[in-house]
Amino acid sequence: MTTPSPLPAIQPSQSDISVLTTRFPEKINPDSRSGYSGWVVDKTQLLAFASALRDELGYDYLSSVTAVDYLPQDQIEVVYHAYKTTGGPGIVFKVQVPRASEVEIPSLVSVYPGAELQEREAWDLFGVKFTGHPDLRRILMWEGFAGHPLRKDWHEPYFEEDAKPLKSRWPEGHPVKAESRNKYGDNIAYPDGFEPQNKTFDPEKALYDALQRNSPDELGLSTDRIILNMGPQHPSTHGVFRIAVLLDGEKVINLKPVMGYLHRNHEKIGERNTFIMNIPYTDRLDYLSSMSNNFGYALAVEKLMNVKPPERAEFIRVIMAEMTRISNHLMAIGALLNDLGAYFTPMLYSLEERELILDIFEAVAGSRMMCNYFRFGGVSRDLPEGALQKIKDLAFERLPRKMDEIERFLSENEIIRSRGIGQGVLTAENAIRFSAAGPLLRASGIPYDIRRAEPYSIYDRFEFDVAVRQNGDIYDRLMVRFEEIRQSIRIIQQAVKKMPEGPVMALKPMYQVRVPPGESYGRVEGPKGELGFYIVSNGKPNPWRYHVRAPSFINLTAFGPMCIGQKVADVVAVLGSIDIVLGEVDR
Amino acid sequence: MDTNEPNASGVDIPPEMQGQVAITSLDKVYNWGRSASVWPMMFGLACCAIEMICAAASRYDIARFGMEVMRPSPRQSDLMIVSGTVTKKMMPIIVRLYNQMPEPKYVLAMGACASGGGPFKEGYNVVSGVDKFVPVDVYVPGCPPTPQALLNGLMKIQEKIRGESIKGSRWYQKGGDMAEIPVPLLGPDLIDLRKAADLKTGEKV
Amino acid sequence: MNDMYGKGILKGLGVSLKRFVETYLDDLTWFGKRYRTDAGIAHRASKNARGIFTVQYPEEKIPVPEEFRFIPFLVYDEGRNGEKILRCTSCGICAKVCPPQCIWIVRSTDPATGRPVPDPAEFMIDADICMNCGLCAEYCPFDAIKMDHDYELACGKRNVYDKERLSKPALYYESIRPINAGRENAFRAAKTAARAGLSE
Repeated sequence: MTTPSPLPAIQPSQSDISVLTTRFPEKINPDSRSGYSGWVVDKTQLLAFASALRDELGYDYLSSVTAVDYLPQDQIEVVYHAYKTTGGPGIVFKVQVPRASEVEIPSLVSVYPGAELQEREAWDLFGVKFTGHPDLRRILMWEGFAGHPLRKDWHEPYFEEDAKPLKSRWPEGHPVKAESRNKYGDNIAYPDGFEPQNKTFDPEKALYDALQRNSPDELGLSTDRIILNMGPQHPSTHGVFRIAVLLDGEKVINLKPVMGYLHRNHEKIGERNTFIMNIPYTDRLDYLSSMSNNFGYALAVEKLMNVKPPERAEFIRVIMAEMTRISNHLMAIGALLNDLGAYFTPMLYSLEERELILDIFEAVAGSRMMCNYFRFGGVSRDLPEGALQKIKDLAFERLPRKMDEIERFLSENEIIRSRGIGQGVLTAENAIRFSAAGPLLRASGIPYDIRRAEPYSIYDRFEFDVAVRQNGDIYDRLMVRFEEIRQSIRIIQQAVKKMPEGPVMALKPMYQVRVPPGESYGRVEGPKGELGFYIVSNGKPNPWRYHVRAPSFINLTAFGPMCIGQKVADVVAVLGSIDIVLGEVDR
Repeated sequence: MDTNEPNASGVDIPPEMQGQVAITSLDKVYNWGRSASVWPMMFGLACCAIEMICAAASRYDIARFGMEVMRPSPRQSDLMIVSGTVTKKMMPIIVRLYNQMPEPKYVLAMGACASGGGPFKEGYNVVSGVDKFVPVDVYVPGCPPTPQALLNGLMKIQEKIRGESIKGSRWYQKGGDMAEIPVPLLGPDLIDLRKAADLKTGEKV
Repeated sequence: MNDMYGKGILKGLGVSLKRFVETYLDDLTWFGKRYRTDAGIAHRASKNARGIFTVQYPEEKIPVPEEFRFIPFLVYDEGRNGEKILRCTSCGICAKVCPPQCIWIVRSTDPATGRPVPDPAEFMIDADICMNCGLCAEYCPFDAIKMDHDYELACGKRNVYDKERLSKPALYYESIRPINAGRENAFRAAKTAARAGLSE
């Protein structure tokens, strides 16, 4: 069976291409590798190219920045994806530099401020130095860690083989604990010549220095300013996330989020896994909405394999994705109200509805949260008896009634209104500059929803509105989530009426898939924003590079600027309204 | 009042049995009080934390077991439910929190990641199981364990508490305070100070 | 718009009060059979649930659906003398497809000839690594490894399960997954009938 050649990934329009080629005659070239698309930009022209993209062609939204280590070709490549907020396909451009222990590339933070955290991640995991970045520190690992982990020649302490399946499990699979293979008896490795008991380390110094720098002292009096650490263990149920705040009394002067406390090496493990083995791992990214993560990954690989799922599978996928959106927003509303001080009661109301949705997931996929349901070419099994009836009951009877009750319960509450209206404002142009996505973007007045801007799967056949509000404060983000739940219920109602019979899987079930070489970027409108998967395959059963564009991570770029000038008590409320999940932020 | 003196119960107890009888029924009362009101520390790390929140929500109410008071402060809690993957960056904080808990204290490793590293065991930032640093009383496998499985694990902790006796428990004896676990450092990799004295590069521990 | 300050809060309290009353009304309509009965549990887990929603574990357990997956187990058929014949042929597909690689299989060899025998000599699953994904059960060609429903596995030590602990009878498998087992048995019966028909 010949493998079909993959579709080209992203196609900007002809007029855009002609503007670029006339402006930069020799310095940019189309990427000519088979299965790849986009432009290779020379390092010296990068800033001019990006400014032209943003100002003249209208690509004002930088979606993703990541790096790839091409060890056999001896180069490191940094890949950028940019889109227009008016909708349509985007553009992908890359910068290639020869491989060295430290490489330098100009930083795009002056053109697209949303690249700030992503460039820090590329520095941390690949060793790519971005000149001109305001604060280039490690972000997921701690200052002082030895090495840049995602490079291909860096092996983790429990390294066995480059790719799974490992030969030591069969046919002579005598169980050997991984600890006993490592010379320290544990998952650690020290560089040569290191004496553990002689050194003292201070990983915090760089953080506090960065916090104090660039913080304006408005009155000119040298008053005493406090550095307050909130987290990583704190009552707000967002996970292990730490915020370092510089305070003048109760007013926030500067704020830096610190993450990496749940960095589980998803991308490195993803490179060792085969393509199918990665599906259960994507469940654990945004662990509240596992079906959405599966969806994004399946879309990305199906683009490379050039496979389209059958009709019934598409309908099932849309129903599951929308139910995931409802369940996620219920949890987000509950968590936001928990942060505002309504200690656990509204969460009990919204978790009750979520339990009914999780019952359906358990009946269909086998597990409440880690569904592992989607496969390349469809879904893994058909809906069981009675599941469709349960979905109909929920969508037509119970959920609309209960959402009315919850909204009546909460939206006119005076305390929520006074704590929410006008606090934590994110203006529309800042939202685009900081690459905010999802409800954060739409509450600030930008009606950008991927299901409308660049429809995937069968979303173009359903009627639904995009929930938008104008002010961009905490209250608006709460209301946008209520509205999105109602629109999701509307989509499910249409989908269950139109669902056809038929097979649910286009390909035969096989436990090892071969994916043609190339790159692909598959993105879905997850409940938290644009969830994208960037996959580079070289024809082997394991991906060469596997990157997740995590919406919660990039939404945190806007977190600092949103909180400056607010009181310290509002910081937690703003964090709750951004709705982060640490599995995604740290990956 | 001297707590070693048996309570005057009004029942005639022969003198050689006096010591044992009072302490046995005192055991029962103490253990009943302690096991019926274990206060967990609100310590959710990852996905298992969501199942812990669902266990605390209205369908699988842990308030029926007396555990709904989830204190964020370690000084006021009895049980640390380690729910989620423990990473090296987080490990110093977990050890510090465990040291700050007052005795008697218990640890429940919830999920595959806290028990033995879980599916992320091969990662460079993951500690394979929280019991590498902190003594664990009950392991609950699953990824994530359903709330009913977590309740089963909590019932095992309650059984363990009910099986303890005042005479035998370390925390009721004089002296014998548990030494604090030294907080690991973050250098080029995680440094466990209990092994650092023996660790030199290249030598097997 | 807030002519009376506090109106929103009172509306919210009204919702809570309505819920409080609904529980007792529901109790009355059920005549005391709302708790500890299967019908009561099913009602409280359905869309018609009103009022209190709690399912009181351990006295009441919500029945898990058929597709539910927890730790895997090996299926054996009962032989004539009651011996356990494992369906596993140690082909190794489950070990190859397991994402965190937590399955360890040693294939038996015939002591006389040294040739491999389709039977596992050792089969270990590290339940502290298993992520309950079900890929091993999905891709096994011999219906030999399936996902269990038993979730009450908490204990005081680490969990590595060996072949003895993992083996469970085929009748148990049919009792927990009747629809799947029925379909697989029918498929296998049709295959043996076709082969018998061909060989005649």
